[in-house]
Amino acid sequence: MPDLTTNCGGIISPNPFWLASAPPTNTGDQIMRAFDAGWGGAVWKTLGQPVQNVSSRFGAIHHRSSRAVGFNNIELITDRSLELNLKEMVEVKKRYPKHAVIASLMVDTRQEWHDIVKRAIDAGADGLELNFGCPHGMCERGMGSAVGQEPKVNERITSWVQEVSTIPTLVKLTPNVGDIIPHGIAAQRGGANGVSLINTIKSIIGVDVDHFAPMPRVGMQSTNGGFCGPAVKPIALHMVAALARDHEFKLPISGIGGITNWRDAVEFMLLGASSVQVCTAVMLYGYRIVGDMIEGLEDYMRAHQFERLDDFIGKAIPNFSEWGDLDINYETVAQIDEEKCIGCQACVTACMDGGHQCIHPREGTRVPVVDEDECVGCNLCQIVCPVPGCVSMVEVDNGFAPTTWNEHIWDQKAIRPKKGAH
Amino acid sequence: MTEKIPATIPPAPHRAEAAFKDFKPPYSEMQALAEANRCIYCHDAPCIEACPTSIDIPEFIRKITTGNLKGSARTIFASNILGMSCARVCPVEVLCVGACVYNEEGGAPVQIGRLQRYATDHAYAEGWRFAEAGAPTGKHIGLIRGGPASLAAAHELRRLGHACTIYEKRALLGGLNVSGVAPYKIRADRAAEEVEWVLGIGGIELKTGVEVGEDLSLEALEAQHDALFFGFGLGPDSRLEVQGEDIKGVRGAVGFIEEMKLGPVDLSGVEHALVIGGGNTAVDAVRELVTLGVPKVTLVYRGVEAGMKGYAHEWKQAKIEGVEALWQALPMYFKAKDGALIGVTCARVDEDKQLIPGSEFKVEAQLALMAIGQSKLGALLGDLEGIEVLRGRIIADEAGRTGRAGYFAGGDCVNGGKEVVNAAAEGKAAAVAIDAYLKTSSLKGAHHA
Repeated sequence: MPDLTTNCGGIISPNPFWLASAPPTNTGDQIMRAFDAGWGGAVWKTLGQPVQNVSSRFGAIHHRSSRAVGFNNIELITDRSLELNLKEMVEVKKRYPKHAVIASLMVDTRQEWHDIVKRAIDAGADGLELNFGCPHGMCERGMGSAVGQEPKVNERITSWVQEVSTIPTLVKLTPNVGDIIPHGIAAQRGGANGVSLINTIKSIIGVDVDHFAPMPRVGMQSTNGGFCGPAVKPIALHMVAALARDHEFKLPISGIGGITNWRDAVEFMLLGASSVQVCTAVMLYGYRIVGDMIEGLEDYMRAHQFERLDDFIGKAIPNFSEWGDLDINYETVAQIDEEKCIGCQACVTACMDGGHQCIHPREGTRVPVVDEDECVGCNLCQIVCPVPGCVSMVEVDNGFAPTTWNEHIWDQKAIRPKKGAH
Repeated sequence: MTEKIPATIPPAPHRAEAAFKDFKPPYSEMQALAEANRCIYCHDAPCIEACPTSIDIPEFIRKITTGNLKGSARTIFASNILGMSCARVCPVEVLCVGACVYNEEGGAPVQIGRLQRYATDHAYAEGWRFAEAGAPTGKHIGLIRGGPASLAAAHELRRLGHACTIYEKRALLGGLNVSGVAPYKIRADRAAEEVEWVLGIGGIELKTGVEVGEDLSLEALEAQHDALFFGFGLGPDSRLEVQGEDIKGVRGAVGFIEEMKLGPVDLSGVEHALVIGGGNTAVDAVRELVTLGVPKVTLVYRGVEAGMKGYAHEWKQAKIEGVEALWQALPMYFKAKDGALIGVTCARVDEDKQLIPGSEFKVEAQLALMAIGQSKLGALLGDLEGIEVLRGRIIADEAGRTGRAGYFAGGDCVNGGKEVVNAAAEGKAAAVAIDAYLKTSSLKGAHHA
C-alpha cells in the first residue's frame, strides 16, 4: 500500500490533497464534511477584517460541451467574524487531529499580523498561509497581490509573521508577475517554511455583449477578477517548476492551479509540489472528487513502484530545460493508424491551415496520408484527432547525433536539415 | 382521391394523423448543444456528400454550438429551401447520418436531422427569412403541380428574378409532403406551413384546380411562358389486377394515407389489416395502421425480408411496434361478405417470385392496402417531340433538362419516386438550368411558330 503521508514545509497530512483557501473552506462544517470525504488538509478561507461582498461574484468560460474550463471570481476574503471562524477551527482540530488545518491570513499592519497569527495558533492551526495573492479588491486596500508583487514587502511581512509564529508558514504567491523567482526568494528570505502557488490570475472572464459590460455583472459594471480552473493549469505548472528548479530557492511547494483529478496532482508533484490544493473542481463537483484523486494516485504509485510521495516529487524537474538545450536532431513524424482512423480528416484541415501542409486526402479512402518528408513532427494532427491512439508521433532515425542549438552555435555540431520550411 | 382533398388543412381533431407523436421529437436547447458539440467538423465531410442538396452540415452544426442559430438556419436554407421538412422526413439513416464518420468506429453518429430540425424550427418560430426575390427579369416560368420539386424550383427562380406560376390540379400545394409523408415524421399542417413559408418570397402566382392537359393545354402554356417545369410526381396506386380488388376494404395505400392525413378514417371492425408490398410506402402504412389502433397488422411481400425495398431501419421499427409479415406470399383473390372484405387467399412464390402451384392459403382480414407502387405519368408528355419517356419516367439530365427545349422536369416524375430531399435538389438544379436557358432562349414560339 503506497504511503500518501504528506509533509509540506512541516505541515503533515494523511494525503497531499488539500482544499485551497476559498468558498469550499468557508466554515468548519464544510471542512469537516470535506475531511469525511477524504481530503487530507484544508486551508481556511482567508481570515482578516471581515468583508462585505458584492452580487454577483463568479464567472466562467464554457467551451463546447465542457462547462467552466475557466473560472473567475470577484469575491473577497471571509465575510464571517474572526471569532466565529476560530471557534470552529478549534472544533475541527478537536475532531480531526490528524488532518491539516491551515489558517490563511490577510491583514495590514505589523500589529494586526502579530495578533491574528497568535490567535490562529491558539485555535490549533497546523500551519499558516499568508495570502499575498488575491488580485481583486483586497489589493486595492494594499493587501493580497499588492504585497505579492513587491518582493521587499513580501519579505518584510513574512518576517513579521516569523516574529511570533511557532508553526509552519506558507506564503501564497501571485502569478501576476513577470518572473516568479524573486517572489519565492523573498518569501524564503522572510523566513517562510514553504510557498503555495498560484493564486488566481487577474482577469476579465467575458463581456456581456448586449449590456456592454464586463462579467460577472454587478448591476451594469464589473471589475477584474481572479482566473482559475483547468485553463490556468499550464501557467501554474510552469511557475511551480520554475521555482522548483531554481538553485537558490529551497522551500517546499504546495501546488495550486486547475487541479481536477489525480493526474493533474501527479503532474504538479512531478514538477516539485509536495502537496496540492484544489478549489474550482470542488466548487463545480463537490468534495467527493477526492475519492478518485486518492485512488488514482495510489494506482499510479503502485504502477511505478513508488512507496512514498518523496519517491516521485520533483522527478520531472531534471527534464525541464531551456530551449537551447533541447536535442534539435531529435525527429518525429506523424503516423496514422489505418485501423483506428474514422476518416474525419480533422488532421487534414489542421495540417493544411495550421500546420505544414503535409497530410493529404487520398483517392479511394478517407484515411489521409502523411508526407513524412514534409512532416515537422509538430503534434497538431495528434491534438485534433478525436480517436485515442490513432495518430502517433514516431521517432525517426535520421543519422544525426543528438545535438542542441547551443552546442551547434558554440561547438559547430552538425544539425539536421530543416523540414517544412518551403 | 382528388375530390376528397380539402382546400385547407382541417384542424387536428378532424385528421386521423393527429393521433401520431413525433418518432424523433424536437431537441431541447440542452440536447441540441450536447449533440451539436459532438460533431467533429470533418474536412470534406462525408455527410455533405451524402446530402442530395449538399447542405454544409458541419457548418450549420458548428453555428448551433456558437450561439449563431440564425446563421445555422441560413446555412441550411441556402442549400435547401425545404430544409424544415427534410429535417423531419429525410431517411437520414441512409443519407447524412449514415455517412457520419462516427459510424466508422461503431459509435453513435451525430443526429444531423434532429439538429437541422432544431435550427429550422427556430427560424420558423422567429420568422427569420433569408432569401429575397431577385430584380425582375421579365421572364415567366410555368410550373406544373405544386409539390416539393416545383416549390424548390419556384423559390430559386424567384431568387433569380423570374416570375412564376404554379398550376396545381388540387386545392392544396405541397404534394406528398402534405398528403403522403408518415405523420410520425411530419404532419400535414406543418408541411403546409412550409408551403406558405416558401411562397413567402413573393411573386409566385398560384392557379389551383387547374389540370394541365385537361383544363389547360400545353400549347397554351408554351405561349404564356418562357420555360416550363414539370414536377407532377406519380399517379394513383398501382393495382394487382386480381379478383376482388374493387370490394370495400381493398384499396391503395397512398390513397389511404392521404385520407388519414387530411381527414378522419373509420377503422372500426378492422381486426386484421394486410399491407401488400415491401417498399417504403408499405412500411409506412403498417406502422400507421398500428398507431391508428388496428389490433393486428401484417405485411405481405412476395420477396424475402432481405430483399425489401423499404429502408431496413424503418422496417426494424415496424417489427418493434408489433407488425408481422408473410414473406414470399402474393394475394390471389379477395373475398367479400355483404360487400366488404373478410379475407384474402394468398399463394406462396418461390425465390424467383414465381407462384408455387397448390400453395394457396387463406388469411382473414378486414382491410388490405396495396402498396405495390404508383403509376408513372410520363405519358402526359410522351407525345411531345423531343420528350423521352422510359417506363413512365420522363428522361431529364441532372440539371432537369428534357429533350425538348424549354421543358424542364424534376422530382418523382423523373426519378421514379424518391425522397423529398431529392425533389428539392432536382427542383433547385432545374431552376439554375432554366435561368441559364433564359439567357439566350425562350419557349415562346420555340415549338409552335
